Amino acid sequence: MIAVEHLTKYYGDFLAVDDLSFEIDEGHVYGFLGPNGAGKSTTMNIMTGCLSATEGHVRIDGHDIFDEPEKAKRLIGYLPEIPPLYVSETPEEYLRFVGEAKGLRGSVLREQIEKVIADTRIGDVRGRRISALSKGYRQRVGIAQALLGNPKVIILDEPTIGLDPIQIIEIRDLIRDLGRSHTVIFSSHILSEVQTICDRILIIARGKLVAFDEPQNLERRLLAPSEISLKAEASAEEARKILSGVAHISEMDISGMDTDIAGMDANGKKENRVSIRVRTDCSDIYAVSRSIFFAFAKGGRPLLEMALKKANLEDVFLELTDNAAGEKDRDEDLEEEVED
Amino acid sequence: MIAVLKHELRLYFHSLTAYVFGAFLLVFVGIGAMLYNIQAAVSNFEYVLSFSCLVFVVIVPILTMRVIAEERRQKTDQLLYSLPITTTQVIVGKYLALLAVYLIPLAIICLYPLIFAQFGEVYLPTSYGSILAFFVLGAALIALGVFISSLTENQGFAAGIGVAVILFNYYSVSLAEYVSSTAFGSLVVLCVAVLILAAVINHLTRNENLAYGIGFVLIAGMAVLYFVDSTKFEGLVPDIMTKLSLFERFYAFVNGVFDMTAIVYYLTVILFFLFLSVQSLEKRRYN
Repeated sequence: MIAVEHLTKYYGDFLAVDDLSFEIDEGHVYGFLGPNGAGKSTTMNIMTGCLSATEGHVRIDGHDIFDEPEKAKRLIGYLPEIPPLYVSETPEEYLRFVGEAKGLRGSVLREQIEKVIADTRIGDVRGRRISALSKGYRQRVGIAQALLGNPKVIILDEPTIGLDPIQIIEIRDLIRDLGRSHTVIFSSHILSEVQTICDRILIIARGKLVAFDEPQNLERRLLAPSEISLKAEASAEEARKILSGVAHISEMDISGMDTDIAGMDANGKKENRVSIRVRTDCSDIYAVSRSIFFAFAKGGRPLLEMALKKANLEDVFLELTDNAAGEKDRDEDLEEEVED
Repeated sequence: MIAVLKHELRLYFHSLTAYVFGAFLLVFVGIGAMLYNIQAAVSNFEYVLSFSCLVFVVIVPILTMRVIAEERRQKTDQLLYSLPITTTQVIVGKYLALLAVYLIPLAIICLYPLIFAQFGEVYLPTSYGSILAFFVLGAALIALGVFISSLTENQGFAAGIGVAVILFNYYSVSLAEYVSSTAFGSLVVLCVAVLILAAVINHLTRNENLAYGIGFVLIAGMAVLYFVDSTKFEGLVPDIMTKLSLFERFYAFVNGVFDMTAIVYYLTVILFFLFLSVQSLEKRRYN
């Protein structure tokens, strides 16, 4: 559907997008994730023909966005980061202009306008001036504009930025609905958002694609050890002794508990309670928690609490983007050394 | 293109722009008609137009200042880039909308000679020839205004520069008398003009080598020419200033000469500035 090949963009000397290549198939919701300034908007602007690339190609259904802009642009609906609205018009007038510019005429145009107004639920405000609309409604008018002409691909640049939580949920639901009938690509720097809506996630950092996968696979890809936190009735030495017999523990951290939580036993004798954090490199974290349970049972010390902390997408994101940054720094260091 | 044209017209009539422009033009022409045709009882309507063309200094920048500058400020230019229309279609659509806004008061003005003809002898061919020239003169100034608007995202700045440029053009013939007509004086003035040109090219392309390369080549060329044959430079600057004056060519029509070369000149100016506007808009995609 969309093929991006070796895309590179320089702003003067600043490298915004660095040899980016990926392909997008029909009928999924794609999340474009990256920290601020990673090159998300630049890439989207190039994909929609709003900006030229220094090098590389973008093909929409086989049509190059620079060589056959009109054919390619007809297949895309684009909502830039700041919705491009003529604030002195009403949503209806605005949609009529965009529809006409997209080549729609007569009854087809009227039907399309009614359809997108219904899809984005802006019927209540269709006759009001855009300057009087709230940010959430403006965003929807922007999305309605992108939907006109029923393009195959909808590209939305940070559609939920600056909205209140209820509006964010509404826009997310809308995106999910759109995903049923269109290919949707949307960018965000909020992880949970991408995680909940997308079938595929592209992570870019410093203009480079660092990951492109389904959300579950991305979580699975994280090889960092997972963590178990325990609370047990034992002294620190006892706990250490018991845990040393358990396999696959790469790291442990034992600390005494606060005195007000540490309780008394029936005889009024103060009990030793410790909280422990254990890291494991075993992929099956439940096998480890099972061994810990039996080890404590065998040692005759009661386990009071056990909680598993699995790696989440947030960690993947931080790790991947940090790595990209790290590599770059390392490259720069090397260059400096060579220069010296 | 039609979509852009319709949209622009809607925007002009939603805001005050079209009305202010039309009102100014009609008031000014009305005052002129009162002074010349009624008070002084002269039957030549063309004198009224000759008097009123000063109003362009104010109304053309008012009309054109927002045409592209505002799109940039509101970020709606991104929409235009992402729609399946070319930048040429955008500029031509916008320009035709401006012409339509300009033609409405002009259509009313077209009735005046006919009205005056009821009360005396009016030589209509000169009147309507002058109205046509008045139209193309305005059209050329509007094209200039569109280009100025495409250079900035600040409407006020676009209007200010527009007023300054049109005013300079209006007085350039009178000013030409005061400019040094010696060969050396012309050389100095032209060198300064080339440096300004180089600065503008640099601003547009952000390519210092290209801009100052062109500037250097032009200055070197002129210097060589000056030492070979300095008589060519005598009176050159006043000459150029007269030739560049859009208003000067209009006065020929007022004097009863229907000058085809002037019409061609105006059309060339229109095409030139529209071409530059397209380039200026297109350039945003490449920065």
